[in-house]
Amino acid sequence: MDDVALLSRIQFALTIMFHYLFPPLTIGMGVVMVYLEAMYLKRREPIYESAARFWTGLFAVSFAIGVATGIVMEFEFGTNWAPYSRFVGDVFGSALAAEGIFAFFLESGFLAVLVFGWDKVSAGFHFFATLMVSLGSMFSAVWIIVANSWQQTPQGHHIVSMMRDGKPWLVNGEPMMRAEVMDFWQVLLNPSTVNRLTHTLIGAYILGAFFIMSISAFYLLKGRHRDFAMRSFTGALIFATIFSLVQIVSGDFNGRMVARHQPAKLAAFEGHFETGRGDLSLFGYVDEEQRRLRFSPAIPGGLSFLVHRDFNAPVIGLDRFRREDWPPLNPSYASFHIMVGLGMFFAAITVYASVLRLRGTLFDKRWLMWIFVVSVIGPFVANELGWMAAEVGRQPWIVHPRVITDATGGFILDPAGMVQYRLEEGLRTASAVSENITAGQVKGAIAGYSLIYVLLFWVWLFVLNHKIQAGPVPVAMPPHTTARGFDATAAARILHEDSMSEAKEPNREEES
Amino acid sequence: MPDLCLLWFLLLGVLLTGYAVLDGFDLGVGILHPIARRDEERRTFLNAIGPIWDGNEVWLVTFGGALFAAFPMAYATVFSGFYVPFTLLLFALIFRAVSIEFRSKMESRPWRHMWDYGFFLSSLLASFLFGVAAGNALMGIPLDERGVYLGGVLDLLHPYPLLAGLTVVAMFAMHGAIYLYLKTPEGELLTRLRNWMWHTWGLFLVLYLLGTMYTLVAIPRATANFAHFPWAVVVVVISVLAIANIPRSIYAGRPGWAFASSSVAMITLIALFAIALWPNMVTASNNPENSLTIYRAASSPKTLTIMAIIAAIGMPFVLVYNAVIYWTFRGKVETGGGY
Repeated sequence: MDDVALLSRIQFALTIMFHYLFPPLTIGMGVVMVYLEAMYLKRREPIYESAARFWTGLFAVSFAIGVATGIVMEFEFGTNWAPYSRFVGDVFGSALAAEGIFAFFLESGFLAVLVFGWDKVSAGFHFFATLMVSLGSMFSAVWIIVANSWQQTPQGHHIVSMMRDGKPWLVNGEPMMRAEVMDFWQVLLNPSTVNRLTHTLIGAYILGAFFIMSISAFYLLKGRHRDFAMRSFTGALIFATIFSLVQIVSGDFNGRMVARHQPAKLAAFEGHFETGRGDLSLFGYVDEEQRRLRFSPAIPGGLSFLVHRDFNAPVIGLDRFRREDWPPLNPSYASFHIMVGLGMFFAAITVYASVLRLRGTLFDKRWLMWIFVVSVIGPFVANELGWMAAEVGRQPWIVHPRVITDATGGFILDPAGMVQYRLEEGLRTASAVSENITAGQVKGAIAGYSLIYVLLFWVWLFVLNHKIQAGPVPVAMPPHTTARGFDATAAARILHEDSMSEAKEPNREEES
Repeated sequence: MPDLCLLWFLLLGVLLTGYAVLDGFDLGVGILHPIARRDEERRTFLNAIGPIWDGNEVWLVTFGGALFAAFPMAYATVFSGFYVPFTLLLFALIFRAVSIEFRSKMESRPWRHMWDYGFFLSSLLASFLFGVAAGNALMGIPLDERGVYLGGVLDLLHPYPLLAGLTVVAMFAMHGAIYLYLKTPEGELLTRLRNWMWHTWGLFLVLYLLGTMYTLVAIPRATANFAHFPWAVVVVVISVLAIANIPRSIYAGRPGWAFASSSVAMITLIALFAIALWPNMVTASNNPENSLTIYRAASSPKTLTIMAIIAAIGMPFVLVYNAVIYWTFRGKVETGGGY
């Protein structure tokens, strides 16, 4: 396999999917930590501080890997996708730079206070640092989604010839073109930014809540830290129930947005070949040769209803697009459907658990607790698949050109009956790969990243397990007084605490 | 109309300087890691940089983002041209982060040794590659008319960039030694670090002199711009004085001044680097017509203006965060109680 473009896509997919295990987790957990520290400031009950310290430890381990793997992403646009970088840098680069200045400095700076500062700063300042880290992680999401959304539904720019020494720059008589910003706010608030940002952040909150429920359920099953676990579970459950339900609404908004701006993507999500009434397929697979779905029960007119609020309204199908403009069908269909299925599962199980919690019988249902222990995998997978659907569904474009519509948003078809793109705006993924890199080099990079990431993943699980087994430590002493002067056992524990991810834990002496 | 391209060229220089001065010392701590003999000493080293290394690395990330936004042509050419070294650099940076974070999670000796070596080798490799990249930037690389790199991987390993790589390793090691000297409490380790300040300074001095001679002989453009910028001579003088002031301050028992001098030496070297590059971002060694000058490589004036506004809003905050964090974690590493 010597297709550099395909290999580069594999490299990007590998590095981004590994990276994306961590940011949604830390965004979700960040909100919980802000809540816990705020409660502690208000009520001064030690259990909140104990809980905050415990979750900070798990947070920091995940955050560290998120940061380390995130640097790769920023460099990869240049290493593997140089023509793309030349084409979009004027627009896309600003968002990345803004992310660095507004988000990364905030997060990384205050993370140090969060992790190392328990005994160095006041409780108020520690809360402020937690708030800043949490805000920083969300700013980061804002800017990266602005950048990605612009690739999906570009706006606020124009395509012009690059200038060289005051004249259009010609190579072999051809002008070199690129996208340049015309209206920054339009770039920022392009048609998909708000919907996609909302969906992504809610996805992160759901993951954070399920992560906490998973660990709490584990403690309850093992009969450990009961008070801590019940409080944590209940708080996270309220959070998860609300956001799982809101996520369905957000998903609906996103679906209609995609139908309007990226009709080929929607058709691929649904395996919808023929323009006309759209049925809502529940599961199955796409038979590209026969141009139909196989083993797929469907709700008649369901897709039409979701897109147009009318069971009989026609939905544009793949037949209105040239074959070379189709996204890969089965990956789009499968990633989208599994994501939606998981979303429905989150809503169902959290609503059911909430009902049981109100009746007071939730924590007696051991089978349900076991489901919650395992369920944390669900939001991890759903977050990954959501991005996979968004990115694979955008193919074959790396920058999706706008479709040509009339004033009401209806598609204007060409004489052959095809949906028309503003082709000069788009950039195909296949023409965006760096000219000078070789298949061997990219294979080497893929092998190297695979090796390092497998190792990292194992270390992450190992350390998480270690911390979860150790559990939260009750804080009995007056908070934020000096922790010095305890005996050798305490000192021995503290001596391990020399890295960002090892939050300082209170002295275990107090337990006994 | 102000020259926005020049403004962004200078701002990138500021970001690069921030990175070199700040992450330079924690990379240096990694390079010096093997001189710590016992586990406790290694922990002192890690504790000295524990709360701040991550924030220091953000300067590099922001430099990358700003380069992409302000000079996309240069970003695309350099990053794709240096595919292999930059991929290795990324491996090193990931491995380094993980080594720092996970070393202390287990008591076992093999576990700690593995991460100790990881921390050392990744710091060494990253510093070396930064120098190699800078050396190649000064020498120039072959580019076609679109700005695509024409050479291979081995072309980047010319003796000049290799020497530049070694110089950067020595410079960061010296910077790290002085930093550790400032952070380490009284004791036998402190005495040893004092010797290492001398060793690394001596090594840096030798490489610096070799590098200067090589540059003057082989890279005529390094000084050609002195005709345009006569004040550049002042930078050279400050640079030499700063390097000379390092041993003087160590001798006088004022390591703080030594650290400041070492920082000034880095600032001046980056300034001289920028003066040599000007007006190019990427120099085409085969045909000057293909060089990417800052004007050819830049984004539109509109984007540069937007970015300038973003920087004007954001950078004061960045400086405040940095000040707050360094103030919170000031003073010597606590060995007895806290860590």
